[in-house]
Order: sequence, then C-alpha cells, then structure tokens
Amino acid sequence: MSEILLDFNNVTMQFGGVTALSEVTLQISRGEILGLIGPNGAGKTTCFNVMTGVYAPTIGSVTFNGQSLAGLKRFEITKAGIARTFQNIRLFSEMTAVENVMVGADARKKSSVGGAILRTPRQRREENESRERSMELLKFMGIADRAHNAARNLPYGYQRRLEIARALATEPQLLCLDEPAAGFNPAEKQELNELILKIRAQGYTVLLIEHDMNVVMKVSDRVAVLDFGKKIADGLPDQVRSNPDVIAAYLGVDDNAS
Amino acid sequence: MSTIGNAFAPVRDAFDSIGDAFHRMNQWQKYSFYAIVIIALYLAPFWTDIPVIGPIVDTPGTQFSTVLNDQVIIFVLVALGLNVVVGLAGLLDLGYVGFYAVGAYVTAILTSAHGNLPWLLSLPIAVVVSMLFGVILGAPTLRLRGDYLAIVTLGFGEIIRLTAKNMDWLGASRGISNIKKPPSIFGLKFGVIDPKPYYYLGLTLVLIVVFVLHRIEYSRVGRAWVAIREDEDAAELMGVHTFKFKLWAFTIGAAVGGLAGVHYAGKVGFINPDNFPLQLSILFLAAVVLGGSGNMYGAILGGVLVAYVPERLRNFADKRVFVFGVVLVLMMVFRPEGILPKRVGDEHKKRQRSSQNEEVAQ
Repeated sequence: MSEILLDFNNVTMQFGGVTALSEVTLQISRGEILGLIGPNGAGKTTCFNVMTGVYAPTIGSVTFNGQSLAGLKRFEITKAGIARTFQNIRLFSEMTAVENVMVGADARKKSSVGGAILRTPRQRREENESRERSMELLKFMGIADRAHNAARNLPYGYQRRLEIARALATEPQLLCLDEPAAGFNPAEKQELNELILKIRAQGYTVLLIEHDMNVVMKVSDRVAVLDFGKKIADGLPDQVRSNPDVIAAYLGVDDNAS
Repeated sequence: MSTIGNAFAPVRDAFDSIGDAFHRMNQWQKYSFYAIVIIALYLAPFWTDIPVIGPIVDTPGTQFSTVLNDQVIIFVLVALGLNVVVGLAGLLDLGYVGFYAVGAYVTAILTSAHGNLPWLLSLPIAVVVSMLFGVILGAPTLRLRGDYLAIVTLGFGEIIRLTAKNMDWLGASRGISNIKKPPSIFGLKFGVIDPKPYYYLGLTLVLIVVFVLHRIEYSRVGRAWVAIREDEDAAELMGVHTFKFKLWAFTIGAAVGGLAGVHYAGKVGFINPDNFPLQLSILFLAAVVLGGSGNMYGAILGGVLVAYVPERLRNFADKRVFVFGVVLVLMMVFRPEGILPKRVGDEHKKRQRSSQNEEVAQ
C-alpha cells in the first residue's frame, strides 16, 4: 500500500440534531483518484467541507500528510496542500480568468503592501511567477484563449475548468473536485475524464465527488460510497458496482428480498 | 423604465468611447496624455480666465480655487481612500469621516493644542495614527460582514466626533484653533488669503496617493481585495488570508482619509467637531458609488462631482441639494455601477479589433 495522504478517522459531523456524517473512516493514498459517491444528501459535500476546514468535525480527526487539520484556518489548510472546486461555480466574476488563477497562485507568495508600493525585486519576481504559472495552467486546462476575459463572461464549461485551474494554482497535493461534471453533456464529460487523468499524471492526488456514475467508474482507482452519512462501501469500481448495499442505496430495496 | 433607460444610452456610449479611445493609445501617447492632464490640473485655478469656458466652470459666490482646494481636493483624496475599502475590498464603511477627523485632530493637537511641531512633521505622525485607528477599528470588527460591519463603522464615526466634542483635552465644542500652516516652498506662501498654494499641495498629495494605490491595486494585495469582495469564502479557500488583507484595506483607507484630514486642518487652521458630521461620511460614500466603485479614476470623478456640482449650482440656492439628490437617484436607477466602472477583461478590445479588421477588409 502506498503512502496515505489524507486520513479521515472516525469522523462524525452533527448540525444540531442532524447527523450529516456518522463515524466515517476514509483514507486517500498519494497519487490515486478516489471517487466519492452517494445519493443526494448522503454527506459527500459535508465530507468535503470538513476536509477543507469549512466545518470542524464534532467527533473524530482528519490528518493530512501526517499533520492534524484540527484548528487550522481555511487558508492554512489550503497552504497545507488541499485545494477544492465548488459544486455551484464560485469564481471571482469581476476578475479576468488569469487573475482568478493568480489569486490561487498568490497563496504561495509572500510579498505584501510594502513590496507592492516599492516594487521590490522579490515582489516583481513573485508577480511574474504567478502570472506565468497561471497562464501555463490555463493552457493546461485548454482555456488560455480567454485568459483576459472577465470570468463572468466565460462559457459554462470554461468556468468549470477555470475553477480547476485556480485550485491547481495553489499547488495542492490533494485536489478535491466537487461534481465537476454537473451540467456537462456526454462529450464534455469525456473531455473532463481525460482532463482528470491528465491532472493525476502530473502527480496530483484527486478526490472526486460526482453523481455521474460514468465519470466516476471510468476515472476512479477506488470508489467510496456514502449513504445517510455512513460509509457503506469502499473498493475497486467493479466491486462497488456489484455491492448489494450500494445497489440498494441507489435503487431501493425490494421488500420481499429481505 | 427601459425606454427611459435607453434615453441615457448616448451618455453611456460617450463615456465608453472615451475609455475605448484611451485603451487604444500606445504607451507614448498615454504618457503625453498624462502629462497634459497633470499640467492642466495644476493650472486649474486659472481656468476661470479662459474665455467662454471660464464663466461656465466658475463657481458663484465662492472663489473658484477655494472650491478646488477645500471641496474638490478633499473629496478626491477621501474618495480615493474610501474606494480601497468599499470599492476594492467590498467592506461597507459608513464611518469613514472618523479617519478624516483623526488626521485633522492629530495635526491640530501636535501643532497647536498640545505641541509646537511644524505641520510637515505632523503629517506622517497623523497618517500613522490614522492607520492605528484603522487597526483598532478593524481588528475586532472585521469578523463581521455586510450590514453588521456597516453599523459598527457608523458608530465609529460618531464616537470620534462625540469624543472630540466632550473632551476638554481635544478642545471640546470650541475646537482647536491656530493650527500651523504648511511650510512655504518654491516661493509658495501658505497664507490665509490665497488658496492656490494649498491647491497645488493638495493636488500633489492626490498624485502621490494615486501612484501608491495604483501599485497596490495591481499586485497580490489588490487581487486579494477584489477576490474578497467577489466571494469571501471562496477567496479564503483559495489561500487568501482574508482577515489580514481586510485589515490592510482598512488601514490603507484610514491612512488616506487621515491624510485628507491633515491637509484640511492645515488649510483652515481651525477645526471643531461640527466639521466632521455623519453627513460627510455619506457624501464620501456617494462620491465613490456615483463615480464608479472599484475604479480609482471613477472614484476621483465622483469626488470631483460631489464636491464641485453643489458649489456650481449655488445660484439655485436651497434647491441645489434637491437637484443633487435627484441626480443621485437617477444614477442609481440607470447606471448603478457608477459613471466610470472598472473595465474587466479585454472583450471590448476584441470587439474593436474585429470591427477594425472588417474596415480593412472592405
């Protein structure tokens, strides 16, 4: 077994009386693509939010790269190496595409107000690095032709890719994609599949939340299934596909069968 | 309503085509343009001597250069500072007059009430003290968002004014008089009769502030501000230390507001708490929003209009405030983004290029 990058240990997340996650244990190994699936309301996005520091778990712990994420602020978790995209696109709409990505790239930079006013050599170097890296990422995602357009004017598919580019710009070790195929047609989904594999080939670890079975089963090395906040299956795509619990969760249970 | 909106279209197009023309210029043309504009601005007190244009721009009842300095320069400086807070970082500050008051009072205290420093030395101290007040106000309150932040800042502006009004050490209602004037340089004498030297000094301050803010805006800091304005949660999840950069926005805004206060105190020589009413905060905000929140040049234009137009319309006596109010309402209905909003992206340039290509093809 390869090195464990993210260790989700016995996590329970409660909101008042509602238990969104119940004793979920999940590991992500470095370099793999893990698909996280489940019916609506199963707790996938909550899982994500716990990982990226939006929520602190009620019980349990999340360890990333051997470091506990407890008490870290959101931007510190990003610096620790977890980046994400959003289910409903959340770009900085009044910035250009390349500026959006540069905000991500800036996460690794140091220069601040003083540097900006004096245009110190370090500030100029960092600025160039951010810009070049961002343009590279836009090219990598195939959207460099609209680099200087306002994000709000980009077509839907471009916006989804721009979100991924922005997340990659923070130099993450783990990239979390929250339903990246939402609203895509089959051809676009195919392109997305290739893109995700290409991203992994660059050495990133990918956590993929997706409704679309086609996407998940094709690109994931391993699939975990959540249902009502509990993990009900975890294994190779083919194993999960034929797992009776998973089938029951997705298709319902035949009363006579039990 | 859209038909009335269309009636405003020519105005909109005119502004856009000015912007387009500017974007089309090459580097050399742009620098010449800047140089001409700056020279014209330094000559502004003499605009009233130009035939035809003179009588149009001149302000009835008040000397034109007095309006230029006491109104226009102050409002432009303040609008520049407030634009950082409201326009770039998206933090609604309704108590900005507080920082303006802090700047003025620090100068008054140091040069008259409790000290004998020259005006020039009080300037950096007042700016630093204003920044400290920015941190003092920002550190506990910037965890609040939107409406709540607006209410707290509203309170801040009033606290500053009421403190000044009730503390004998700050001159209470009497205020502080005999504030020192800026030192005479280049043969410019800062006296009580001629306002022109103050205008030249103020314009120089504006140009320095524009230069500094421009550099900050087009850096990691400026991007962080706009990202926070657009989506604070997303910004934080992309690694932006949102609290730190919001505090910077407050601090830099406070510094510019304080600077405006120092300039004001040096000119009038006498301040009291009634110089810093809540209404000023609202007019400052109106200047930024009217001109184009988020665009430095829009904020400058807004500052000029809010300061100058009521003076120009003084002949309308008490109706001028009404006219001004109507103009504001109409603006917010038909061009809520302000007169000169920031242009994001190069879509409009592509449009021109393709239309130029068509012309060539024909």
